[in-house]
Amino acid sequence: MHIRFLLEKQYSGKVRNLRDEVDCVANSDEPKKTNGQNIEQPSRRKFLINAGYAIGGVVVGGAVGSLFRKPNKTQQTEPAPPSGTGEETTVPKNYNRALMFFSQDQFAIANAAAERIYPADDIGPGAAALGVAFFIDHQLAGDWGFNSREYMSPPFYTGEKTQGYQGRLRRREMFEIGLQEIENYSQTQKSKKFVKLAPEEQDEVLKAFESDSVKLTTISASGFFKTLRSATIEGVYSDPLYGGNMDMNGWKMRNYPGNQMSYTDIIEKDFTKIEPSSLQDHMSAH
Amino acid sequence: MAKTLPKTDVVIVGVGWAGGIIASELTKKGLNVVGLERGRERKTEDYYMVHDELRYSARYGLMQDLSKETVTFRSTEKIRALPMRAYGSFLIGDGLGGAGVHWNGQTFRFLPYDFKIRSMTTEKYGKNKIPADMAIQDWGITYEELEPYYDTFEKMAGIAGEENPLGGKRSNPYPIPPMKKSPAMQLFTDATKKLNLHPYMMPSANLSQDYTNPDGVSRAACQYCGYCERFGCEYGAKADPVVTVIPIAVKSGKFEIRTHSHVRRIIHSGKKATGVLYTDVTTGEEIIQPADIVVMTSYVFNNVRILLMSGVGKPYDSSTGTGVIGRNYAYQVIKGGATGFFEEKQFNNFAGAGSLGVNLDDYNGDNFDHSGLKFIHGASISVSQTGQRPISNNPAPGGTPTWGKDFKANTLKYANRAITVGGQGSSMSFKHHFLDLDPEYKDAYGDPLMRLTFDFEEQDKELAVFISGKCADILKEMGANHIDQLKELGPYEITTYQSTHNTGGAIMGSSPETSAVNTYSQMWDYDNVFVVGASSFPQNAGYNPTDTVGALAYRAAEGILKYREKGGLLV
Repeated sequence: MHIRFLLEKQYSGKVRNLRDEVDCVANSDEPKKTNGQNIEQPSRRKFLINAGYAIGGVVVGGAVGSLFRKPNKTQQTEPAPPSGTGEETTVPKNYNRALMFFSQDQFAIANAAAERIYPADDIGPGAAALGVAFFIDHQLAGDWGFNSREYMSPPFYTGEKTQGYQGRLRRREMFEIGLQEIENYSQTQKSKKFVKLAPEEQDEVLKAFESDSVKLTTISASGFFKTLRSATIEGVYSDPLYGGNMDMNGWKMRNYPGNQMSYTDIIEKDFTKIEPSSLQDHMSAH
Repeated sequence: MAKTLPKTDVVIVGVGWAGGIIASELTKKGLNVVGLERGRERKTEDYYMVHDELRYSARYGLMQDLSKETVTFRSTEKIRALPMRAYGSFLIGDGLGGAGVHWNGQTFRFLPYDFKIRSMTTEKYGKNKIPADMAIQDWGITYEELEPYYDTFEKMAGIAGEENPLGGKRSNPYPIPPMKKSPAMQLFTDATKKLNLHPYMMPSANLSQDYTNPDGVSRAACQYCGYCERFGCEYGAKADPVVTVIPIAVKSGKFEIRTHSHVRRIIHSGKKATGVLYTDVTTGEEIIQPADIVVMTSYVFNNVRILLMSGVGKPYDSSTGTGVIGRNYAYQVIKGGATGFFEEKQFNNFAGAGSLGVNLDDYNGDNFDHSGLKFIHGASISVSQTGQRPISNNPAPGGTPTWGKDFKANTLKYANRAITVGGQGSSMSFKHHFLDLDPEYKDAYGDPLMRLTFDFEEQDKELAVFISGKCADILKEMGANHIDQLKELGPYEITTYQSTHNTGGAIMGSSPETSAVNTYSQMWDYDNVFVVGASSFPQNAGYNPTDTVGALAYRAAEGILKYREKGGLLV
């Protein structure tokens, strides 16, 4: 139901261009298309084909359930669960799935917001299923959350946009405030918790932050949204070792092969689909 | 009190390309050289886990720690400069090998025009073609004079390439044949030939085949793994100082590298330097290294900053246009590209090498008529296949939202269907673009940060739109269904990556009034101080700087040896 709604939803209003100062020029005389109407409709089957799980054009239904957890041959080599525990699950526990920084509430808001930025659809999983909120949590707990390799010395002055971020708050503080402000805004504007809002209402809240129509005294609403957005993309596409990109499904959706030692054999060839490999695979190969 | 060590023949400040080349050349001739490097040691084994876009690209794993030192930036003298708190526009390397470790390996020679830009422009178009506040200068050295040093650098590094039909004359072909050609590169080649342009394979320091250089260093061929820029090479296939010149210097037994050694001052007496003062960053101890000759081979900003902090050379004063240290900062105009979206074709965009591409110079230098144009110089235009890693490459046709359903669908669809034709635009120097010491912000040792005053000028805006149009024409010929191009170049902002091709501040020239160093990179005012690197470019070309930095380093090494023999100014 969720997914169906997404596909029908039309984006309205102006949304900032991907790159500043760049505009679209079509070769044909057709009017500019913006909302991706000309895009081939992706489908879940397409994702399965991309991921290499369709046989002879027929999607193997049985694979779907496990696809997003343990999609490759290593499944067979996993040790069997200990007998006599009464546990029926064949999915090994993922010990990465715990929090280093967020409270439960913060995690839930970050998870829901990231899912709106990179939603599940017929092509494949969204940020939630990819573990993006765990990725963000883990990143905030470390160097990146403390801005520890950035210049954070005073004095602090308000600068021009061209001079970049000049705030005194570090990312972990920015997230604590930002997530709380998302919650506050949802409660005051929609009388509901952010995580309880319908997807299109969540989008409205996020757009209010993106466009700075929410006025905050401590942080820039758009600056926070921008950071949340880029962290979400990082969580979708960084190596799974960081906690996102669950089972390399972020890479599979775009046919990115991840960590490969050589493309010498295919560099002169037309598009070639390659089964992705992670840094962990690289490690075990040595 | 600082501890004083025994004197050495030569002390080198910064062990990257320039420092490594000079160390290897001087130690070959028996000089004792100490290399001071503020960062850590590096070796090929460090890159076992290098295919990690988050660690090395998004989190800048090989770059200088900005919490300790950054630069401040303002677009004009009218506003307060503020620190570059996080990376954006350019990336400052540190550690052994410096930025020579995380470069792409694109190894272009500058055009003959680049070295004589003021005289050739005036001669052809009259002196009114150059705006009054544009500060471009001839280098005092010609392409022909620099050519043998280019040749030496290219043989040492093992550059793969084919002759540029519109470039300066070569004494020798490239030492090894060009890289492999991907379908996108072939498409670009065919399209640009149809347009009567002159494409050639990008000269590459990513080896196209196994190679043994004249120093006897053997390296293996590039594997096109797609992790070059911002990354170190786990194969040693990409030429960098750590796998080429530094081992030669070390093997001589005459080169002592001290890492974690942050140089803060050149110490001088009268018109001679006597050594350098540095801090051992692991202990905080201050140490003086006396030397007969001091060679500055740090990145542009640090070369200039140490000169200014040391009171070596006359600081540039923008209000009078006098003085030389800090003069003629220039950058590049990178945004004049275009991206094409192909509905029917997919490419192996994930694969590539740092210098895998096809280039053309029909709109570079003065290779085209500028009579009716409101800019001089131009840009090299190329399609390059460096490996589109997924965090930083999410191309989608203009108008696509930056998040949500359509963002996801479009970026997934076009990940392997978008091709960018890029323009690497030159940057002319202006009187009001310069480097000086920030009056307020300090580094971790209490020293002032470098302050950068720069913005795009009308020249740059005209150039960017012109070049973007040419890139779009090429994409149209290549068969792209949609093309996004630049409509207008906005102000320079320090927040998004453009290029790590910062230049100037201790420029080369033929007169001590308007330049800091002569054509051997020797300071006019202090004849035993050599300042080597892109800091000596009087303005910037439409190419990557490393081939020229390497050539200047070989020439500086020759000059240092001459100076060692007979002393005095070499020019």
